[in-house]
Amino acid sequence: MLITVTVNGTERTDEVEPRLLLVQYLRDVLGLTGTHIGCDTSSCGACTVLVDGEAAKSCTILAVQVDGGTVRTIEDLAGPDGALDVVQEGFRQEHGLQCGYCTPGMVMASTALLAETPHPTDDEIREALEGNLCRCTGYTSIVASVRWAAEHADGRSPGAGSADGPAS
Amino acid sequence: MIPASFDYVRADSAEAALAALAEHGDEAKLLAGGHSLVPLLKLRLAVPAVLVDIGRLEDLSYIRDAGDHLAVGALTRHRDLERSAVLAEHLPLLAHTAHLVGDPQVRNRGTIGGSLAHGDPASDLPAVALATRATMVITGPDGERTVAADDFFAGFLETAVQPDELLTEIRFPKATGAAWSYQKFVRRAQDWAIVGVAVQGGATPGVALVNMASTPVRAAAVEAALASGADAATAAEAAPDGAEPQPDLQASVAYREHLARVLTRRALTASALG
Ligand SMILES: Cc1cc2nc3c(=O)[nH]c(=O)nc-3n(C[C@H](O)[C@H](O)[C@H](O)COP(=O)(O)OP(=O)(O)OC[C@H]3O[C@@H](n4cnc5c(N)ncnc54)[C@H](O)[C@@H]3O)c2cc1C
Ligand code: FES
Ligand code: FES
Repeated sequence: MLITVTVNGTERTDEVEPRLLLVQYLRDVLGLTGTHIGCDTSSCGACTVLVDGEAAKSCTILAVQVDGGTVRTIEDLAGPDGALDVVQEGFRQEHGLQCGYCTPGMVMASTALLAETPHPTDDEIREALEGNLCRCTGYTSIVASVRWAAEHADGRSPGAGSADGPAS
Repeated sequence: MIPASFDYVRADSAEAALAALAEHGDEAKLLAGGHSLVPLLKLRLAVPAVLVDIGRLEDLSYIRDAGDHLAVGALTRHRDLERSAVLAEHLPLLAHTAHLVGDPQVRNRGTIGGSLAHGDPASDLPAVALATRATMVITGPDGERTVAADDFFAGFLETAVQPDELLTEIRFPKATGAAWSYQKFVRRAQDWAIVGVAVQGGATPGVALVNMASTPVRAAAVEAALASGADAATAAEAAPDGAEPQPDLQASVAYREHLARVLTRRALTASALG
């Protein structure tokens, strides 16, 4: 089936099998390997991307389901010069990662949270990341990273990559 | 994990979905949010020849105040239930329980119709449908029919919805101002209930259990005890009566029965019933 999806601001048209998962489409067809496969059973959130602006587990969605829609992945967050966006910077400042495997999913889920709730409480951060597992950090530094991003947004919309024009 | 091959049909109306089901018969399966079905496809526990995608039927996504009841479209997502002002006012039990389903990513995609039509005894929303005495509206080749929640859950992953039919709407009696409680026992925040209990207060209080049989079940013995004036602690003792819990890796039968009693007591106490 022919699908057209706007991925990270660029319209893509590809012939895909209906059974192709969105995460495979992103990684194998488009080469966007920043989105990770952790559990492959809908539990860990490592594969989280934004589908039409909302956090979604790309291992549990068929690529044909997003035909005509918009997908944003971790690759879209940094500016063209490689400058980290505010959520990525938060994870760097507050040591929100160790091995980094869960991080793309954590950052995308946090981006969805901050777009809707720019000043979340720690409880709201934890609830928003309920579907994202980390085997390294113990979560405290991840919550601090998201808090850092909320405090340093300075009018920047979190995840203001190519879809919203270049990051400042 | 990669699903087996299937053909994919995207329905742009309920009529188109029914036509596709009529054409493909038992070989076809509806796809709503996909958050129960896609995992089954990946495990190849479901191997339909044709998937009929109803995920874009926007006109089946609504929460309406219909006078004496609330009409909820089958394609309404958990996300929309938990944020609904209409539900917050007239049926907070449904909004609160939807908020406890899975995690935000799951709630962004999964629908109430999928939750009910899937017929999973571990799902949360079926217990709400039973406790509130909801009515399901099912649309098929011969038009609409309605089925009471009590007659809807037929067996493990089996409901009254036939292969050529669509669950289109769920009608909930309004419960404005009535007490309610949902108690969900989980080991981790995002988990499915090991046991859950929904209680809806009102003229005839309703009590229903999650994961205490091969289907979601009404705790009829608890309701009867309440009706005859029993207090919460006494009524809750009857929670496992008539249920047939199954053992699994998380809980034995005896533990499930214990949880049902404790959670029912908590739910009745929280909603000041009994
Ligand atoms: C990680 C994870 C955690 C979860 N945790 C919970 C939880 O804690 N509690 C809980 O209750 N649920 C949980 N779920 C399940 C979730 O609520 C699903 O969204 C829901 O069970 C199915 O809804 P869906 O729209 O995704 O249905 P789908 O997966 O698209 O469909 C499910 C079944 O219903 C049928 N169907 C769908 N819509 C209709 C319709 N309108 N008419 C007739 N048949 C239809 C399909 O053919 C299919 O057989 C979880 C899911 C995941 C992936
Ligand atoms: S890989 Fe998708 S949730 Fe784990
Ligand atoms: S940093 Fe290793 S899994 Fe989260």
